[in-house]
Order: sequence, then structure tokens, then C-alpha cells
Amino acid sequence: MGEEIDDEPETDGGIRAYTVRLELVDEPGELLRALAPIADNGGNLLSIHHERGNITPRGHIPVEVDLECPPDRFDAVVDGLRDAGVNVIQAGAERYGEEVSVVLVGHLVETDLSETLEAIEADAAAAVVDLSLAAPDGIDAVSSARLRLAVDSGRVEDAIAAVRSIADERDLSVVEPLPGGDA
Amino acid sequence: MRLAVLGAGAVGRSVAELAGEYGHEVVALADSRHATVDADGIDVSSALERKDAGDALGSATPEELFETDYDVLVEATPTTLGDAEPGFSHVRRALEDDRHAVLANKGPVAERYEELRDLERESAGSIRFEATVGGAIPILSTIEDSTPEAVTAVRGVLNGTANFILTRMAAEGLDYEHVLSEAQDLGVAEADPTFDVDGTDAALKFVILANVLADGGFSLEDADVTGIQNVPGSALELAAEDGRTIRLIGEATRDGVRVGPRLVPENGALAVTGTRNIVQIETRHAGSLHNSGRGAGGPETATAVLSDVGRLPPL
Repeated sequence: MGEEIDDEPETDGGIRAYTVRLELVDEPGELLRALAPIADNGGNLLSIHHERGNITPRGHIPVEVDLECPPDRFDAVVDGLRDAGVNVIQAGAERYGEEVSVVLVGHLVETDLSETLEAIEADAAAAVVDLSLAAPDGIDAVSSARLRLAVDSGRVEDAIAAVRSIADERDLSVVEPLPGGDA
Repeated sequence: MRLAVLGAGAVGRSVAELAGEYGHEVVALADSRHATVDADGIDVSSALERKDAGDALGSATPEELFETDYDVLVEATPTTLGDAEPGFSHVRRALEDDRHAVLANKGPVAERYEELRDLERESAGSIRFEATVGGAIPILSTIEDSTPEAVTAVRGVLNGTANFILTRMAAEGLDYEHVLSEAQDLGVAEADPTFDVDGTDAALKFVILANVLADGGFSLEDADVTGIQNVPGSALELAAEDGRTIRLIGEATRDGVRVGPRLVPENGALAVTGTRNIVQIETRHAGSLHNSGRGAGGPETATAVLSDVGRLPPL
């Protein structure tokens, strides 16, 4: 049971977020093929912006991928993409100052989730860039919501402290990220 | 070294069984009611056979253990909170008799650290307690080697039961209650798992770490502790959408102790699976060090006790 970790790609514990811009041929299966080298080289996919309506000057579809991986592995991710024949337009520019995820747990719907989000945007000086809600036992029961917040550089601790106090007021619990735990 | 082993549970008996391999001799072994004592070295296996058969370990009383000629008291009785008795008094007695004490019992080091250090200063003996934090994993000796002043924080997963439950919840999409009963069936979780799942056990270990970093000042009541009982399966599913998972993470610094469920990268070093433990030791001059391994178990924890014995100076 304690042995599975040995099969995982090794990490040095330091993880950073990166954005890569790719251009893909508009054929079925191309996106999936383009993403495999990221996972194969130990990168975590965070989000994919597939701009289907836009066409690059060469007639391809631009795709922006946010991922995270240890810094010493990022070159391998990019090389892996290029080896797979994927056209990498830009690699490495971080998209936001800082991005951070939190998970809220509790009676989210009854305590008015949209008000909670407004309070977070106002008090935590953060933009909620992504939200997903899971209420497997119905909206009257305990549910969970994952928020991805875009925060100004250096303000993550403040933003999380604000989220914590908003959650306290509404009797919600917060699963916080571990700042410094990635370094 | 001549060892007097107090406590004949999983750790105490493993220490007694493995001592010879490490070049030490066991001159006394006691549980809460009986003891076997022999200045020429006790017969460990027949004493344990007697205990397993429901008989007394030996014909001596636990009191006689202290009267024999030993170098190191191994305190491996169950962890108690609050006044940390009787473990604390056992260690005090060894130090007052100018003997060494090696603890596997977390109580005295977490709850009465300054008193232990005061007694140690008055004694020719010293105390060591590697086994109280992370079983077989050399955490305290790593901090000692880096010097505690150069360590800024220690973070990590130091409770295998809570980690097993969270790992299974994430992998199988199951809820807490379901996985807990599975863990109990497998013997990973105790019949009463409160101490593990409410974060107390992890908190004691991080309190000990904070005491080492700050040279005292902390007890369990200073720790900010949240358990995993209220983490629903849905929270783990949502974390996974973002390439993250949830672990019961402890943090010890000179400013405080905090234990609670936290989001960590799924492929990150701290996202160990199953009952594996890990700590990240953040240092001023050497970056982050990670130590991972088995944080519990009789023979595993006994290796930490015996490493401590090996680091003690002759009396």
C-alpha cells in the first residue's frame, strides 16, 4: 500500500504554474494527442482554452494550456510536446500574478453561494476565475465548491485569510492550499 | 548499552527483540504490572512468549526495573495527554538517577517539554525522542544535524490512518464513513479512531517539532487543529479537477502549530499515498529536505529508538 508512490514520476517538491500556447491542426483527436506529453512528463493540467473560433495565420487552432510542474521538468514537457509534432508557439509566460485554489465545504447553497462569491471578490481582492460545485446529496445537504482565485502577486496569504473569515461567518469550512508547501 | 524497556506493546517488544542486532543488551522489560529483570541480560523471547500466553512477563515488579543497573530507559508506554503520566515520572526517575531516557511515548515531549529539559540539565543522562515523530523516518536527527536554528518550518503528513482514509476517498470516490470502516477492517484504523482522524495524533507530533525548533513553549492546547471527519468525498473530487488532492497536513514553526486538511498538488512531494508519511524540512541554507517512509509500526518505530540509543554518549 505504501509503495504506489514509487511508481509515480519523481518530483523535487517544487511546483510552478506555466502557460503554453500551442497551435493544432483541426482534426479529431489532435487536442488529446497534444496533451499526452504534458502528463507523460509529470505535468498537471490546470486548464485548457481551446479557441475554436480563432484561426492562426497558418490556418490552425490556437490552444492555451495552463499547467503546473516542477521547474526542472518544464523543459521536458515542452520538448515532449515538440517531439510529438505539436507546434509550441509560446512557453513559460505565467498568466496571472498568482493563482490559488480553495475548496469550501458546508451548506453552500442555503448560505447563498453567490453572496459568498461576491464577498470573496470584494474582501479578498481576488477574481473568482473558475468555480465548480458538487452537491451529490442534494442542495440541502453538505456540498463542496472549488474556487480558483486570481490574486495579485504577493497577496495570496491576505486573500486566503479573507476567505477564511468569510467562511467562518457563514459556518463553512475551507480547505486551504499550503503556501510554501510546494517549494 | 544496557536497556531497561518500559512498555511491552508493539514498540517496546520490538525494541527488546531487535536490541541485540544493534549491539545492545536488554536487562529489564516491564509492562504495567510485571517485569523481568536480569543484570546479565534477559531472555526476551521467552518473556514475550509468557506474555502472549496470558502469563506475567516475569516475576519482578515494574518498580524493580528502576533498581537494576541500566544505561538507558526506553519509555514505550502508551501516550497520555494532559500531565503525560505515568510516562513523565518514568523519565524523571531515570534522569534523577543519572541515566539516559529514550522516549517512544509522545505525551511527555509534547506536553511537558520544558520540564524534561530542566531535568536533563540537572542529570548526567540525556533524553532523545526520535520515535515520537514519524516512526522510522529520521526527522529529529535531520533537524539536529541541520541545527534547529537553521530550520524555518516543518510540514508534512504524519498520520497514516488519516492519510489512508483520504487516499482511498480520492481514489474510489467514496465518503468518509465508508472508507473508515474499511480501514478498521484492514486494521489500519483503531476501533476508536478519534485520536487519528480528529488531528490530535498529528498535532502532538508537530507540537514536539515546534518545541524542538523553539526550544520549548508549546503544548497541544497551543495547536490549531482540524480533523478530516467533515471532508466530504465531493471535496476530493473537486480538488482533483485542479490536479490537487487533500491531505491532513501539519505545520510547525517557531510561531505555532497548525494541523488541518489542505490542498496539495496531486504529483507533489507531500501527496504521499496510503499509510506512508512524509515531512518537508525547510532550511535557511539548504533549501527543502524531504524525508518519507513508514511513520508507524512496531519494528519500524523500534529502529528509531535504537538509532537514538546509538547516538547517546557513554555514561
